[in-house]
Amino acid sequence: MEFIRNFPFFSIVLSLFSGPLSSILGGKWAKRVNGAVIVLCGLMSCAVLWYVCRTGEAFVYTMGHFPAPWGNEIRAGVLEALMAAFFCVIMLLCMLGGSREREAEIQSSKQNLYYIMVDLLLCSLLALLYTNDLFTAYVFVEINTISACGLIMIRQNGHTFEAATRYMIMSLLGSGLLLLGLCFLYDLTGHLLMSNIQEAVRALAAQGQYQTPLLVAICLMSVGLAIKSALFPFHTWLPDAYGYSTVSSAAILSSLVSKGYIFLLVKIFYRVIGFDIISGSKVIHVLFVFGIAGMIMGSVDAIRESDIRRMIAYSSVAQIGYIYMGFGLGTAAGVIASIYHVICHASTKSLLFVAASGITQASGGRSNFMDLDGAGYRDKLAGVAFTVGSLSMVGVPMFAGFISKLFFAQAAVGHTLKMLPTLIALAVSTILNTVYFMKTVIRIYTPLKADALPEGYEEISVRRQPAKSAAMILFILLNLILGLNSEPVIRLIERGLEMFS
Amino acid sequence: MDFGNLIRNYGEAVAMILFGIGFSNLLLQKNLIKKIIGLNIMDTATYLFLALKGYIDGRKAPVLTDGVQSVEAYVNPIPSGLVLTGIVVSVSVTALMLSLTIRLYRRYHTLDLDEISTLLKKEEK
Repeated sequence: MEFIRNFPFFSIVLSLFSGPLSSILGGKWAKRVNGAVIVLCGLMSCAVLWYVCRTGEAFVYTMGHFPAPWGNEIRAGVLEALMAAFFCVIMLLCMLGGSREREAEIQSSKQNLYYIMVDLLLCSLLALLYTNDLFTAYVFVEINTISACGLIMIRQNGHTFEAATRYMIMSLLGSGLLLLGLCFLYDLTGHLLMSNIQEAVRALAAQGQYQTPLLVAICLMSVGLAIKSALFPFHTWLPDAYGYSTVSSAAILSSLVSKGYIFLLVKIFYRVIGFDIISGSKVIHVLFVFGIAGMIMGSVDAIRESDIRRMIAYSSVAQIGYIYMGFGLGTAAGVIASIYHVICHASTKSLLFVAASGITQASGGRSNFMDLDGAGYRDKLAGVAFTVGSLSMVGVPMFAGFISKLFFAQAAVGHTLKMLPTLIALAVSTILNTVYFMKTVIRIYTPLKADALPEGYEEISVRRQPAKSAAMILFILLNLILGLNSEPVIRLIERGLEMFS
Repeated sequence: MDFGNLIRNYGEAVAMILFGIGFSNLLLQKNLIKKIIGLNIMDTATYLFLALKGYIDGRKAPVLTDGVQSVEAYVNPIPSGLVLTGIVVSVSVTALMLSLTIRLYRRYHTLDLDEISTLLKKEEK
């Protein structure tokens, strides 16, 4: 059983080395290696989850057996293992769902490069989840950014290059701020390991020393990670990046990449600074305000958008707003709601992207809203999947989105000052979500007026694309499980957060 | 206001000013090459800050010389290690940005990001 303690390290190294290995393989083999690595990492994360649930406490794995203040550490608790297993599942489904498009949209000589990027992305996500060292986290944040940039521009056209450039610029601004924040914190505390920093920060807080630099460091890190995860005013790169890249990339970027940064922020809040210090500072009010602004403005932008994929991308801005609003509440209940929303949004948004690609395919590759008449009849499964995703995002009971909205509302109720703004924003945002999602659902189920199918429009049966159909069915099931049986997940998140401190 | 600390720590103050210059260049410049220069100024400012914080006057690099083993004789090597790691990271992101710039320049014959966006919109129509 003790052997399981090695698994977090194994999964990081396995995905790290499969990248260089894929560079000497052809596209087909790179794909197989990639699939196998994701499955293996997922299984190992499940084993870690089982192990930490059984022992009831988080464990620390010292890299190279150097003890605490000197060596580098990996730490695995319930929350880390849960997120790692979940990320692997979502990534596998995203890769399944977009396999046909990838083959069509990426030059055959560059197929294996795509899988290198995905392997490295998985490695950096796992490292972000498991690491206990702040500077290691920074390095993997950059690896994450670079591989995400590769995922955007692998489909080569002007739009993706421009989107990748804008993405890089915003990301680099964010990581510059994050790095500066880390340097401040390192200077104040003299440590890089999260648990040691927390001790030192608590000692500083008890003595009342260096409060301003500490606040500046918290601000820099929060703003840096907020920029990188596309919180409202910094979201301009997002619609292009999600709208023009190949469908697996869009699904992975929206559901995993930004979530990795958000998880790092949670770790910084809980493990590095200490949540009581964070909730006592004014930083969370800023996150709260921008989160609410994002919830409203993201939805307004989505309503004005006529391209279905860019619409879904703008919806991501709104959902990221929800997550930051949950942090902004400054209570444990708010953070639990946010983490649940991370899971819910990741499974729903990737489902929407995969379903939208099926819908546009059935409409001759046209993604404009006006050309989608009757697409739900031509590709029945994609229609159903899109409807399920929409209902979940709107927050209809039975689906995942409802549970997270319920928890946000519950978390807000106990709050004297922020209750009213949160509830109003939730209500307004739900109405706006309904407007643009239901508009699209009605559109794809409006029968075509013309008697003959226009050029390029085609019927797509489930059997013609088994991988994508399987991915969509599994996504729908995942959504229903999260919506109908949320209790165990919530309990795991609660336990994980307890283990954090 | 007491400016004594600011003057005594003039190096850190310079690093912060440089960081601001780099940050605003990366954010506001239209020209891609100038943006990349801004990125490098920003990163270098962070390394300057780290290096300054990691150095203590009169102490040496942590390599044992003449058998002196006292902790007081040497500086902590970790900040320098962080700077080196940071440099590796910034080299790779700079290379990626430059290659993206080359791609965009070959396609649109301009380095102005806003102009590229306008050209893209025209292409669409």
